[in-house]
Amino acid sequence: MMSAEAFLNFAVLLSLGLLTVALLATVWRVVVGPTLPDRILALDTLVAVAIGYIAVIGVKTGFSLYLDIAIALGLVGFLATIAFARFVLERGMTDEDRLEDRERTQ
Amino acid sequence: MILATYFAGCLIIVGSVFALAAAIGIVRLPDVYSRMHAASKAGTMGSGLMMIALAFVADDLATATRALAGVVFFILTAPVSAHLLAKAAYAVGYRLWGKSVTDEMAEHD
Amino acid sequence: MILFFINVLLALAWAAVSGSFSELNLAFGFVLGMFALWLIREQVGTGGYIDRARKIISLALLFLYELAMSAIKVLIMVCRPKMNVKPGIIAYPLKVDRDFEITLLANLITLTPGTLSVDVSHDRRFLFVHAIDASDPDGTKQDIASGFERKIMEAFR
Repeated sequence: MMSAEAFLNFAVLLSLGLLTVALLATVWRVVVGPTLPDRILALDTLVAVAIGYIAVIGVKTGFSLYLDIAIALGLVGFLATIAFARFVLERGMTDEDRLEDRERTQ
Repeated sequence: MILATYFAGCLIIVGSVFALAAAIGIVRLPDVYSRMHAASKAGTMGSGLMMIALAFVADDLATATRALAGVVFFILTAPVSAHLLAKAAYAVGYRLWGKSVTDEMAEHD
Repeated sequence: MILFFINVLLALAWAAVSGSFSELNLAFGFVLGMFALWLIREQVGTGGYIDRARKIISLALLFLYELAMSAIKVLIMVCRPKMNVKPGIIAYPLKVDRDFEITLLANLITLTPGTLSVDVSHDRRFLFVHAIDASDPDGTKQDIASGFERKIMEAFR
């Protein structure tokens, strides 16, 4: 049986590793696209992963300040996604989007 | 206190597994609407669980309640942003995946 | 609503009398106030308030349970080597008609297994739901009707 300290260290390391894989996968989707809503969605998930990072670091260090940062980041991410959704509505589809959409749906 | 530490450790592991599931879903699922399922559910669950872990290791009650308030806030905002993005994408004409089985929304308008 | 206000006042009174305005004491005072209101339910008719609070709490618990289940389902789905998804949009005929009930239902649907609300029709009679497994539209509609919509109607009607 591990001691509480050792277990927490192991858990922090393991979840930082998992979160890093998640971060890379999400960044891949941001880069590849193929459409703007895909990228917005991936950025939204990126915020969720970043909140996860902050929470894990907060658990590791014990600073309660990280909590406020996580909540503020969540708020900013939410507002950003809403602003992006409005932007998608305003902009409509570009010709590139139409082309890629047609390729993908056939 | 020892028990809370073990609990927080388990929570951050489970939470990051869910965050990873959301990321894998975003990479593997076929169209933006399906990807939204993974992002809005598993993503919220992941960051929520990790915030709860933060509440467990917090040394005073005010921090713990703030963490729980943060979780409630995430749960309230995640469906709103997913819904708004789906609505915007559908309204301007991003189509469903070619192998989708039904689209009753197209029949209505 | 008035009863809720009275309950808050009772909680404040408890905190003032016991001389501590900490969160824990206020919460305890709120529970005590609710118990006091429950004691006089026959005379003043406060039973409905407690009953409604119980139903709202049961809705919240059902919601948390469904959120956990849906996250686990997503986890299982994305880990399969060969993903066999049949996505599609189905039109769900709404029985609830008030704005905030539709909002609540749409948000609950988004966080439950395999469904995501996309839009409400202009006449507000249909909610368009994207399902990750739309091979059985009628079954999905049945699930929503007997699950969340019924609970919402119980809690707020």
